[in-house]
Amino acid sequence: MAGRRWSVGLRLRLVAAFAVVALGAVIATTGASYLSARNTILQGVQDRAMDTLRTQVSTFAATVPLPPTQRDLDAFQRRLSGYVAVFYRDLRSTGGPPTEELPAEFRAAVHDNDRVLFQRGLWSETAPFLMVGMTVRTQNTVGAVEPTGLEIYAQISLASSQSDISELAAWAWVTGAIALLVAVGIALLAARSVLRPVRELNLAARGLADGQFDTRLRVRGGDELAELAHTFNTSAATLQHNVGELRRMESDARRFVADVSHELRTPLTAMTAVIEILEQETDHMPPDSAVAARLVAGETRKLSRLVQDLMEISRFDAGRAGLELDEWDVATAVRDTIAARGWQDSVSVELPEGLVARVDRRRLDIVVANLVGNALRHGAPPVLVRLWREDDGVVIEVSDNGPGLPESVLPHVFDRFYKADSARARSEGSGLGLAIARENARLHGGSLTAGNHPGGGARFVLRLPEVLV
Amino acid sequence: MVVQQTWIMGRVAIVLVVEDDRAVREALQLSLRRQGHDVHVADSGEQGLAFLREQRPDLVLVDLMLPGIDGFETCRRIRAEGDLPIIVLTARSDDFDVVAGLEAGADDYVVKPVEPRVLDARIRAVLRRAASEQQTSDEHFGDLVVDRTALVVTKSGEPVPLTPTELKLLLELTRTPGRVLSRQQLLSAVWEHDYLGDSRLVDACVQRLRSKIEDDPASPRHVRTVRGFGYRFDRV
Repeated sequence: MAGRRWSVGLRLRLVAAFAVVALGAVIATTGASYLSARNTILQGVQDRAMDTLRTQVSTFAATVPLPPTQRDLDAFQRRLSGYVAVFYRDLRSTGGPPTEELPAEFRAAVHDNDRVLFQRGLWSETAPFLMVGMTVRTQNTVGAVEPTGLEIYAQISLASSQSDISELAAWAWVTGAIALLVAVGIALLAARSVLRPVRELNLAARGLADGQFDTRLRVRGGDELAELAHTFNTSAATLQHNVGELRRMESDARRFVADVSHELRTPLTAMTAVIEILEQETDHMPPDSAVAARLVAGETRKLSRLVQDLMEISRFDAGRAGLELDEWDVATAVRDTIAARGWQDSVSVELPEGLVARVDRRRLDIVVANLVGNALRHGAPPVLVRLWREDDGVVIEVSDNGPGLPESVLPHVFDRFYKADSARARSEGSGLGLAIARENARLHGGSLTAGNHPGGGARFVLRLPEVLV
Repeated sequence: MVVQQTWIMGRVAIVLVVEDDRAVREALQLSLRRQGHDVHVADSGEQGLAFLREQRPDLVLVDLMLPGIDGFETCRRIRAEGDLPIIVLTARSDDFDVVAGLEAGADDYVVKPVEPRVLDARIRAVLRRAASEQQTSDEHFGDLVVDRTALVVTKSGEPVPLTPTELKLLLELTRTPGRVLSRQQLLSAVWEHDYLGDSRLVDACVQRLRSKIEDDPASPRHVRTVRGFGYRFDRV
């Protein structure tokens, strides 16, 4: 079912394209809003922390004597809220974050800067924090601002902000997933609306291929698919017309052949009935009349055979050839055919008894008589008829020892009125014998093939299905 | 030239040819006369049936394609009157025509154009009535009684009107009750077709025989079909 696979493939591709586009959009929008929300939250935390620290420092810094003692530093540190450490040159407050947790570069940056600096860090995988550092500056007597040498470092946990952000991220994921699902759903709907006409078109095309030339599509809307359906309908109509015309001409031709044969039959019946009388009288006729009488008799019989063969082939063409199947011992049937025509002495046979098949005895006789007759006429003796059983039926082979059939003739031996040599004189047969034999084989569901033996000699093989014993 | 006459029960056989085509009619008349038959001709079914009211021939040769009442109907009407042997002459060996002809009551058929010797052989076979046999007593098969000496068949005491062909077929079947006879065997014995027989002749005649001797022709008790082989006569 290539068509089926194709349809699924197209749908998959459509849905996948939709999903990719939706995914991109979702990632872009939710990612952007996540980032901006996260920044806003963190900025707020930072601002609050820095404001608090700056306010407290400016309030309490004046109370610290310079240079401070360890006690002064500790007292200052205790006044500041949060997890804070105060440094002065080599001194530091006993409380607050340990020195090793404050990166040297950060401290150097704070030392050289007159602004409040901050840096994010991680205590552990799940516990982010904000590190804030500032130097304490004071105005000297002439109004210039100069560093006091006091540095304050605070660590602020971001755990609560982090959980806010995580929640935000989770929401972003959920909305993203929902958007994706909706996108896939819409993609499926769109795919269906596109694929239904495509599937209908495919079915209709297959109908045409199967010979249903009256197949038409319903044209819906005015899009490209509707246009395609319209084109399909026009093509189908043209095809239907042409095929109908051809069929009518062919059946006319065939009926003509049948009618002509039928019309020829009546005068031939009268002629056939009396030619024997003419033949019996030849002894008493003048020589010329006798020759003429024999000629008329002989040609009348040939004409009669030709008309009978034409009638027979017309029945096949018209599909009116009936099959009278009965069970027959094939060897006996073949033997009878040969004996009935007095060919026993000129034909060798290998006919094992006991092969019973469902055949039309009359038709089998026609085929075998034709093949053996041909071999006797055109081939060279010995003519051999063999019968054997194969898995799928019985095989009857008729072969001769003549020159065989030329390669150029092989594809045409079953053609009607085919003459291997156009210059060759009219032969005994009607020129329809092998065509009729093949039709008979086919009517049985079997086959008739022509070929040559490797050692020379024509070889015809008749295969019949349905062996019983 | 001495013309050998066909003698049927001590006289020349009278053959009626019903054929509309003048040439065929004349040629057949000529040919059959040469074969030794006493030939009468009719150019339509009506004329043929009219002839039959005047005279009783030994055999009728009927063309199936006739103007007016056709060959089939002619066969049926002849058959309705009695057991006169009929051979149909068909221009088409279409299976439908042949089967319909046989069902209409024909004993045998020939296809146009027919060789005179073939036609003659068929006519003689049909005319050769079943020969009497030495038989001491009647054979009883249930309510069916076959008298081989007088060639009479009775069913429940009533005589059964059988055509010569049907009688020949019944005698052949009852000769070996319980044994299967193939269609080809029956064709050789009853119709004297030596080869290439058309088994439809046997089937059609068996149908007609059944309709006369069986209580229920649809489920026969005497003439049984042995699928794939042929027919068998059962004593019951």
